[in-house]
Amino acid sequence: MNLTALHERASLNHQVRVFFAERDVLEVETPALSQAGNTDPFIDSFSVNTPHGLRYLHTSPEYPMKRLLVAGAGDIYQLCKVWRRDESGTRHNPEFSLLEWYRLGFSWQQLMQEVAELLHTLIPHLAKPPRFCSYRELFLETLRLDPHLATEAELSACARAHGINLSGVMPAQSWRDLLLTHCIEPHFPTDQLTFVYHYPASQSALAKVTNVDGQTAAERFEVYLGALELGNGYQEQTDSAQNRLILVQDAQTRGDDIPVDERFLAALEQGLPECAGVALGVDRILMCRMQVNDLKQVIAFPWEVA
Amino acid sequence: MATYGSNDLRVGVKIILNGDPYTVVESDFVKPGKGQAFTRARVRNLKTGRTIEQTFKSTETHEGADVEDRDMEYLYTDGENWTFMDSATFEQLEAGATAMADTVKWLKGNEKCIVTLWNGVPLQVTAPNFAELKITQTDPGVRGDTATGGTKPATLETGAVVKVPLYMEEGEILKIDTRTGEYVSRVKA
Repeated sequence: MNLTALHERASLNHQVRVFFAERDVLEVETPALSQAGNTDPFIDSFSVNTPHGLRYLHTSPEYPMKRLLVAGAGDIYQLCKVWRRDESGTRHNPEFSLLEWYRLGFSWQQLMQEVAELLHTLIPHLAKPPRFCSYRELFLETLRLDPHLATEAELSACARAHGINLSGVMPAQSWRDLLLTHCIEPHFPTDQLTFVYHYPASQSALAKVTNVDGQTAAERFEVYLGALELGNGYQEQTDSAQNRLILVQDAQTRGDDIPVDERFLAALEQGLPECAGVALGVDRILMCRMQVNDLKQVIAFPWEVA
Repeated sequence: MATYGSNDLRVGVKIILNGDPYTVVESDFVKPGKGQAFTRARVRNLKTGRTIEQTFKSTETHEGADVEDRDMEYLYTDGENWTFMDSATFEQLEAGATAMADTVKWLKGNEKCIVTLWNGVPLQVTAPNFAELKITQTDPGVRGDTATGGTKPATLETGAVVKVPLYMEEGEILKIDTRTGEYVSRVKA
């Protein structure tokens, strides 16, 4: 176990709290065990049997934090443990720390600036200012392919041309995910943050969707250092009907194994204020700060020995 | 036979891929924040020894390969097959030339080998890491030349040809690293 990592984590958490105190963003706590889980088709929740029925460990505090926004909590942040099943590797631990915050009246561009400021505070050795690239630009520059227009066949042919062996059939979005993780992310610079924005609309999750050059794109961004993804931010979708549509569709895609969070959807009907929100992986930020390349080096007791 | 999910493809796990048995050499979990998760792996074909990169969808399952390593003693060859015996059960098995490959170069008899079986059939035979073999033919030695580090070819009793220091003579015994085919040291008779 790395004792330096304990000190680095404690000092990072302290810096986070100072950063938000200076900006009048309120620290909040929300339940880790909820009656409804995350319906995102690619994120799996742990469930726990309780005397009051099955509960789900949160995969992010998004739903209850948005309930707080509706209740009038104002700008809020949370530093907490979250759990995601079957995510394990050099960059994943099924239990990890997340920093999530919401800013009322912010645009996603303003929020990207704030994320950059925070990350430059937490990772002091970052020499260069961040770069900002749209999802489409990255695909065009690296693969000469328009991700919004390319068909499933073109995307899979491109993957094969880049030496990726994968058998089986996948929807177009999964091929985009494959190309992004295998061919594009490895080229991201290691001495500056990369912000990727305007994801295909199918990747919007609970972000607003906009029209860019004739294509619908999500007002969503991801931030990376090198190929390491650090966080994911949205211009939050405030339309309650649209939120319901996404959650119900996702739940169906999953095979309705997870109940839709009706308390969250009911709150949204009261009116979510216009806001932008983001979640950052704290353990990964710690990896960057300490310049190590395995998550196990920054976690006191990783999953295998927890 | 066991089946494995992509998340279970840890180093050393053996699976069937396109009909051939493979062992996982390296693997990592790759997932974009909101998208499809993948296991990105390097896998070695246990029949050909070739290593390839292969990406698996996280939702896929894979048939485990019934591959086991057994410690067996090499007994003899009839030129076509090589016979091995399990020293615990006395069970005997024959391995063909494909499974033997280059390993035949290091075997005289009675060596403890690792026989890799796939569905009970020898797939690969691994010689002990070191072999001690006699030189049957080499050019005359250069007396006293122990410093220049020069080498010459020498034929060993098993037919293998290895590079040896210039001062080695016919009839001498040497120690070879069978993994690299390199001379290690002279063995005092």
